Amino acid sequence: MNHIAPGARAGIYHYDEIDRRFVGERVEQFRKQVERRLAGELTEEEFKPIRLMNGLYLQLHAYMLRIAVPYGVMSAVQLRKLSEIGRKYDRGYGHFTTRQNLQYNWIKLEDTPAILNELADVDMHALQTSGNCVRNVTTDQFVGAAADEVVDGRVYAEILRQWTTLHPEFTYLPRKFKIAISGASSDRAAVRVHDVGLLARRNEAGEAGFTFYVGGGLGRSPFIGKLVREWVAEEDFVAYLEAILRVYNQYGRRDNIYKARIKILVHELGLDTFRQEVEEEFERLRGPKYRMAPEIVAEIRKHFAPPPFEELAERSDILERAKATDPAFANWVAVNVAEHRAPGYAIATISLKPPGGIPGDATCDQMDLIADLAERHSFGELRVSHVQNIVLAHVKQDELYDLWQQLDAAGLGTANAGLIGDIIACPGLDYCALANARSIPLAQAISARFADPIRQRTIGELGIKISGCINACGHHHIAAIGILGVDKKGTEFYQITVGGDPTLTTAIGDILGPAVTETEAVDAIEAIVEVYLANRTGEDERFVDTLKRVGHAPFKERIYAAD
Amino acid sequence: MPSQDGSLKAITANRLRDGVVVFLGADAAWVEAFADAALFAAADADAALAAAKAQAEGEQFGVDVYAFDVETENGVPVPVKMRERIRALGPSVRLDLGKQAAA
Repeated sequence: MNHIAPGARAGIYHYDEIDRRFVGERVEQFRKQVERRLAGELTEEEFKPIRLMNGLYLQLHAYMLRIAVPYGVMSAVQLRKLSEIGRKYDRGYGHFTTRQNLQYNWIKLEDTPAILNELADVDMHALQTSGNCVRNVTTDQFVGAAADEVVDGRVYAEILRQWTTLHPEFTYLPRKFKIAISGASSDRAAVRVHDVGLLARRNEAGEAGFTFYVGGGLGRSPFIGKLVREWVAEEDFVAYLEAILRVYNQYGRRDNIYKARIKILVHELGLDTFRQEVEEEFERLRGPKYRMAPEIVAEIRKHFAPPPFEELAERSDILERAKATDPAFANWVAVNVAEHRAPGYAIATISLKPPGGIPGDATCDQMDLIADLAERHSFGELRVSHVQNIVLAHVKQDELYDLWQQLDAAGLGTANAGLIGDIIACPGLDYCALANARSIPLAQAISARFADPIRQRTIGELGIKISGCINACGHHHIAAIGILGVDKKGTEFYQITVGGDPTLTTAIGDILGPAVTETEAVDAIEAIVEVYLANRTGEDERFVDTLKRVGHAPFKERIYAAD
Repeated sequence: MPSQDGSLKAITANRLRDGVVVFLGADAAWVEAFADAALFAAADADAALAAAKAQAEGEQFGVDVYAFDVETENGVPVPVKMRERIRALGPSVRLDLGKQAAA
């Protein structure tokens, strides 16, 4: 293997020889499995679970390969490789997902071993992106940079990656298992709608520990994760998770796919019983074997040492001058740039949601540009957010204008992070074999309707999320305005929910009324926005707060008045 | 031949080696264009489907073989469901991709 490591860049975990050998062996194993399938030595029934374990799905038009981006963090070298693969084996683009991964939509089975081999060259793979295993652990896209961060979630996400990879007990769980970690005071990782949601915190002594929420999830039965333990010390982190997974593995249902997730187990057992089972298992496991020693954590933490920040002034005169002369840039800074912990630096969100665009899609040219910009402006490192954007986490404020001008020239300078145009949409019926309705055209129409940046800022924080089926990959349940595509006798309809919340005050949205047609849906969204603007007490009252105060009635009346 | 109620079916699969959408054509040959797909009366579709599945698996040619409904619009056969229309053409949001791009 011609190995091209991502380089000694800050914030990127570097494979050691064990990682590299393991991934290489898996590629060779899959190459032989593909050969046997193509030769007829394996049936599709035998082969399907094998290809899924390697991230390869069969979708509407072709195979879809889902590449793991561990906790959403990668290097410029890795992104450039993803771009190269997109050009060589796909159709010149990739799709960034709500799982912080990347999907190619036009992959050939016969090319897949070669693709996996190329990924391995840059310490990447497609493992744990499918199947009933612990999936790629997700975290805050601002990790290691956010001003409000208490604990660096990457360290523990990486520990979980190593712990869960090929874990013999957790390769055939009752169903897939998703873990999210947030180590900041703001939850940007939607932790309470994951099978296990972890809030990393510090106690009064400054020691790291974790609050465990279990049994969250979306899909056909949405649940908010329940508090199972307020504090688990760092050294018990793995033992407690292992205890949860063992209880799930033992009691989780395998007879009904719709009742197999841990959220159903927690719901059916009851929180107290579930907690008791976990605590008993935890007591059995606790001991030297499962203790996460500080030396191990420190060794992993070395990979995530802060980059060599320069000592800079808190605020940049260059930035202020550029904002004063270029209103479009000033708007982008106000919307897409977040506060960094290091003086003189900033966190820049690159929106993959241009008005009328396909949420999460990036062309290979755009990926190459982002890789170049990451090297020039952010220590060669970037992140994929669960809202399908890219983040450059360590940009000098002095360089933001230069960065934005280059992004804008490539169609990547849209200022809508967190606003109504920043829509999450699953691939929907345009690509996905499970979908009942299209998601993308509706996202395109809504973002085009609300393209005006001034109007978007006037509306303020308002998330729209669209799913093309009840599996809810588009997270519609936790959107301020959620849209679920349904099929009614061959016609696409869209069910609107309101009041969802992906943050620590997690809420599942309520259905507003009967589903509307595709052509009615955009007008309905606009009507909801107008009712909000007419009823809010001021610009500081967010959509979800107005909704709580005035209830559903004014919104229903406006949308369904003619019915 | 259409059945007495006029309903028609076509048979489709994804090609094993590359995942490309294919349709069962005349003489049990697999074709890439829906326009070349054979149409079956509903009453005949089950037998044709069973034969196509056996053929596809036996030759390691196709996977996920199934039949879908077809109707006639302005004298031209088209899939009834949006899902099958999208499979036959390509993503509705990327007209430069899929079979529609070559048309």
